[in-house]
Amino acid sequence: MTGKVAYTNARVIDPASGLDTPASTGGGVLTDGTRIMAIGPDIFATGMPAGTEIVDCEGAVLTPGLVDMRVDFCEPGNEHKEDIESGSRAAAAGGVTAVVTLPDTDPAIDDASVLEFVARRARDVKLVKVFAYATVTRNADSDEIVEMGLLKQAGAVAFTNGRSAVANAKTLSRALKYAQAFDALIVQHPDEASLSNGGVMQSGELATRLGLPGIPREAETIMIDRDLALVKMTGGRYHAAHISTAESVAKIRAAKADGLRVTCDTAPPYFALNELAVGEYRTFAKLSPPLRTEDDRQAVVDGLADGTIDCIASDHFPQDQESKRLPFEQAEFGAAGLESLLALTLELVHNGHLDLAAALSKVTARPAELLKLPVGRLHVGGAADIVIFDPERPSRIEPDSFTSKSKNSPFDGRLVQGRVIRTIVDGRTIYTTAS
Amino acid sequence: MTAATTGLSAQDQPAEFPFPHRHLLGIQDLSPDEITYLLDLSNRYAEHNRARGPKFDLMRDKILINLFFEDSTRTRTSFELAGMRLGADVINIAVANSSIKKGETIVDTAMTLNAMHADALVVRHSNAGAVKLLSEKVNCAVINGGDGSHEHPTQALLDALTIRRRKGTLQGLLVALCGDVAHSRVARSNIYLLQTMGARVRVIAPPTLIPAAMERLGVEVFHDMRAGLEGCDIVMMLRLQRERMEGSFVPSVHEYFEFYGLDYDKLQHAKPDALIMHPGPMNRGVEIDSDVADDIDRSLIREQVEMGVAVRMACLDVLTRERLVATP
Repeated sequence: MTGKVAYTNARVIDPASGLDTPASTGGGVLTDGTRIMAIGPDIFATGMPAGTEIVDCEGAVLTPGLVDMRVDFCEPGNEHKEDIESGSRAAAAGGVTAVVTLPDTDPAIDDASVLEFVARRARDVKLVKVFAYATVTRNADSDEIVEMGLLKQAGAVAFTNGRSAVANAKTLSRALKYAQAFDALIVQHPDEASLSNGGVMQSGELATRLGLPGIPREAETIMIDRDLALVKMTGGRYHAAHISTAESVAKIRAAKADGLRVTCDTAPPYFALNELAVGEYRTFAKLSPPLRTEDDRQAVVDGLADGTIDCIASDHFPQDQESKRLPFEQAEFGAAGLESLLALTLELVHNGHLDLAAALSKVTARPAELLKLPVGRLHVGGAADIVIFDPERPSRIEPDSFTSKSKNSPFDGRLVQGRVIRTIVDGRTIYTTAS
Repeated sequence: MTAATTGLSAQDQPAEFPFPHRHLLGIQDLSPDEITYLLDLSNRYAEHNRARGPKFDLMRDKILINLFFEDSTRTRTSFELAGMRLGADVINIAVANSSIKKGETIVDTAMTLNAMHADALVVRHSNAGAVKLLSEKVNCAVINGGDGSHEHPTQALLDALTIRRRKGTLQGLLVALCGDVAHSRVARSNIYLLQTMGARVRVIAPPTLIPAAMERLGVEVFHDMRAGLEGCDIVMMLRLQRERMEGSFVPSVHEYFEFYGLDYDKLQHAKPDALIMHPGPMNRGVEIDSDVADDIDRSLIREQVEMGVAVRMACLDVLTRERLVATP
């Protein structure tokens, strides 16, 4: 597409700039087919440029495409679960225009060649924008730090060992120190494996009743405690991924108050579900970290509301059916998350915990800011990465209709409010409700 | 229900009761009336067996499959004997350990069993919830023969029957479960059953062998065996399941026996007429002293084995009848 496109009759919200124009002003966004030319309530007041294609948003919300800072596209290595193309289509269906993929693939993204492979695949697929983390240590399981400088030059947006923690304190402290030379962020999966190993769900009454080995919440909080001490010692930039306990929220809150360079995110299961979703061995609800108690859930909501928790990531970790149709203890951890991310984030709005702009900020501007990505905001001259959605439209989460190869969701059957109508990347419509 | 349908004579019939369950997956699913009904029926079978009564033909032309993903001699034999005494064709399938670890077979196994048109399936598996998963994929009645650390319902029923025959009731008794509660499906099923039937339950174990939030199940938790046994009517010992333990839960069996092994010294803290039980197999000198285990006046261990066959006959009987009401 090269011609001008006008998106009219939209409520335009750009959390990064604080822009929120009601649809009643008739405003919207004008693009040149690739980039944004004008934004606001009065841009069409004097009429439309000749030859402009008009997309009537019919009062829906127009906002930057979502930026999902934590997805697993399983490529290279486990393409039968997801690949960059299927994952990108799932992202598009979820209103996500930029993703950051985890590096603990097979092989792991621990050198520039694998990073370039992912970038090439994403260019070929040409749907959403695919960014990638690199590992902190070689193969995501050693104590040898990767070539952070070269990897950053090659496009790694930050460093994480993905779904395993950097367990060795000395290794993490060195990573936190070394990364400062390149102003790189270290993203940690906070899990003290020596405490959580063998566990499959939150430790407590339900696990005891079900006869399942538990994971104590201290597996997360001990690691965060240790890491915060290392951040204090080194002065590095640290981000705790998918925090899930009340204590984690409190510790991060205190660390921020102390001025440490610390941020964190969570994922919808941890603010919208509690351990009861495991029910009678529902493997779709087997997640890492595990679903926690209702008190923890409420604390995560509070953390989102007061800004302690910076971002919401989908934590999209697709699993094939064969990995889930097993006894609970044998089933894999993880669930599809991309296509339910927006609707579940909007629950925070419908339930009165956050206003719409604040909620959208956690899936657009804030992750982009943390990772220094050139996405997540609407501005003149910027890429036309846009999502248009109806925040009120009721729907039901039906994993069978997911675009992702993975059909596993702990939210299976949940009634939600909010539906993606159109997803646009660089001015190209890559998803519409009709499609 | 008529005498003809159970095979027992009319005067031996328990009160008529429509057993509404399709499977027996756990004690948690059963009401007090249902438990009483199963115990009453089991008791009749126990008397019949003790009197060397003839075999029944209730399960004639029916197929019972014992599907054991985990080794067990006594439970499998008990079900085998129960099935044979009801006239069933009994098939034992032991699934190799290597296949379990791969984990991919359980749904396929269900398909295979469906193709064999089994009428009842007894399943033992090392993972909690595995039997439930399998029950959702087969057409026949499924009995949980023990799933991981979750439930072992027929063990709890046979324990209850054994106690009831000696004490006359379960109501108001004080029962101590001692030992490896954390890894014990027997403990969980017994806790649910005994509490449902009005007994009080204590668990006694080192803190490492008590699972999280145990007191939320309505039991009293003790770490001192002598204090825990005080005033108890029944002392039920549990096997130290070292095969389920990752890492060190107790420093040594020597220390374990010193503090948690049942001997006469500790037993004297229970009521003078307290009875001793153990689901077996016993680790003599680890969780129970041989003299105590073999005390013919106080040990019910052999009777538990005997009641096991009767309970399993009753369970197979009710689950393989033509049912008017059938819920999962």
